[in-house]
Amino acid sequence: MSVPEATVGRPDGQTPKAEPRGVVQPPGQPAALESQAYSFWYGPTQALHEINCTIPRNAITALIGPSGCGKTTFLRSVNRMHDLTPGARHSGDIRLDNASIFAPGTDVVDLRRRIGMVFQRPNPFPKPVYDNVAYGPRLNRLCSDRELPDRVERALRDAALWDEVQDRLREPGTSLSGGQQQRLCIARALANEPELLLMDEPCSALDPLATQRIEELLVELKQRYTIVLVTHNMQQAARVADFTGFFYVGHLVEFGETNQLFTRPADERTEAYITGRFG
Amino acid sequence: MSSRALRRHLISRLMTALVVVLCSLAVLALVLIMGNLVIKGASSIDWAFFTKSPVPAGQTGGGVANAIVGTGIIVGLAALIGVPVGVGAGLYLAEYGSGKLGFIVRFIADVLNGTPSIVVGIVAWTFVVRPMHRFSALAGSVALAVLMIPMLARTTEEMVRLVPHSLREAALALGYPRWRTSLKVVARTALSGIVTGCLVGIARVAGETAPLLFTALGNLNFTLSITQPMQALSLQIYVYGTGPFEEWHRLAWASALVLMGLVLSISLTARWVTRERHGSVR
Repeated sequence: MSVPEATVGRPDGQTPKAEPRGVVQPPGQPAALESQAYSFWYGPTQALHEINCTIPRNAITALIGPSGCGKTTFLRSVNRMHDLTPGARHSGDIRLDNASIFAPGTDVVDLRRRIGMVFQRPNPFPKPVYDNVAYGPRLNRLCSDRELPDRVERALRDAALWDEVQDRLREPGTSLSGGQQQRLCIARALANEPELLLMDEPCSALDPLATQRIEELLVELKQRYTIVLVTHNMQQAARVADFTGFFYVGHLVEFGETNQLFTRPADERTEAYITGRFG
Repeated sequence: MSSRALRRHLISRLMTALVVVLCSLAVLALVLIMGNLVIKGASSIDWAFFTKSPVPAGQTGGGVANAIVGTGIIVGLAALIGVPVGVGAGLYLAEYGSGKLGFIVRFIADVLNGTPSIVVGIVAWTFVVRPMHRFSALAGSVALAVLMIPMLARTTEEMVRLVPHSLREAALALGYPRWRTSLKVVARTALSGIVTGCLVGIARVAGETAPLLFTALGNLNFTLSITQPMQALSLQIYVYGTGPFEEWHRLAWASALVLMGLVLSISLTARWVTRERHGSVR
């Protein structure tokens, strides 16, 4: 489908108009995560351009946009997964609970404990279901050995998986179905008692029913967790997210309440994307 | 059938037949060796063979208990030295070895892998036998360990590289420090592959003769002391096989059969370890 140049800038990947957007502070909700003019480079290639946004607590924030536009890069910046990427560098700041995650002396291990992550493809450890969930609490000594089974059960219940696996705790996590594996990965993240849950297209490898279960789960989980969800699926963002950010070639083009963004987008590129004119 | 389809069909049949023949040839070698050993050696294997030390030349009877135990000690000690170093090096190469040091280590391992075993024996002689002023089982073990290390390093590296990157990320995202991720998640996942690599490596060096010739030297008496010269099955075969007595030849065949059985059982164990199980990366 051809796109009129005048309406949407350059969907072919050229730099669009890049005026920094103001920080959107949703009313009434304290910020869990703040990105302040955060830019990121893979070697010479700039992947993110001055991302400014405030991610509110106890809400689901969806990041949408075409592939390769920086959604995942941004997500992985938040728990500093780029630390091991050769040639990676950044400027600007990301603040979790008003403390910079890049501050010297930040304990990356503790940071990652506080920020759970669920990946695109389910990646359970080739270990029993129980051990998969117990990995985090054991590592971080979050509870005594006696309390561990309770904690594992709670995490599995929170991930809406307990009923299906309570008789299979000794079976390898890799023997579950794809949707179950992804919920196991969510349980594994929850067992660490994170404050923030990062989800990188958690449903892209799942069928519609498994997707629906996870979406219902997310809506329940937001009572207690702050969730950032990268998704390619705009319907999914519209269904579950309270706030949505639109990434386009490394810029956060628009960020705001989901309803607002989908019904009255302020930027013409956002409109073009959500109405399916490109992407 | 069109002529083209017919031609394809014929070529397919021909190639299949060729592969079957070549495969049979490869298996035939093993069958012939085992058959020959069983025919010539099995009759000499009795209880005394396993429990008695050699008797003086000319007498009949006696066994190779000293050599069987010796092989066990020398190879076991070699594994004790070689496995930690080899597996550790392999883990380093796979997890951290992308830089210059990794390149150098990998290159050295490859060169060492191709080094003739007798050269390794000379090295062990120079660095262990000469300073100690005596041949010893320890020197033999060092020589075998040096042979084992590059093999283990490269197989471990390959096994660890098979572990999906997503597992590493999962562990890191849970808050695992990198070294713990390497040990607890990556190495654990690759464990059955690593164990197989170790067993195959051990089986390989168990039959080595050349590096033991001027390190462990051989010993006609039973000994458990690793600072003394010690007999090994391969050395026993060499000495008995080249000796002038019929009795010795008989014992050489039997020793060869035992050595072969030993190596085979290690290989079978390796197979058993890698049989399909969760936790396997293959």
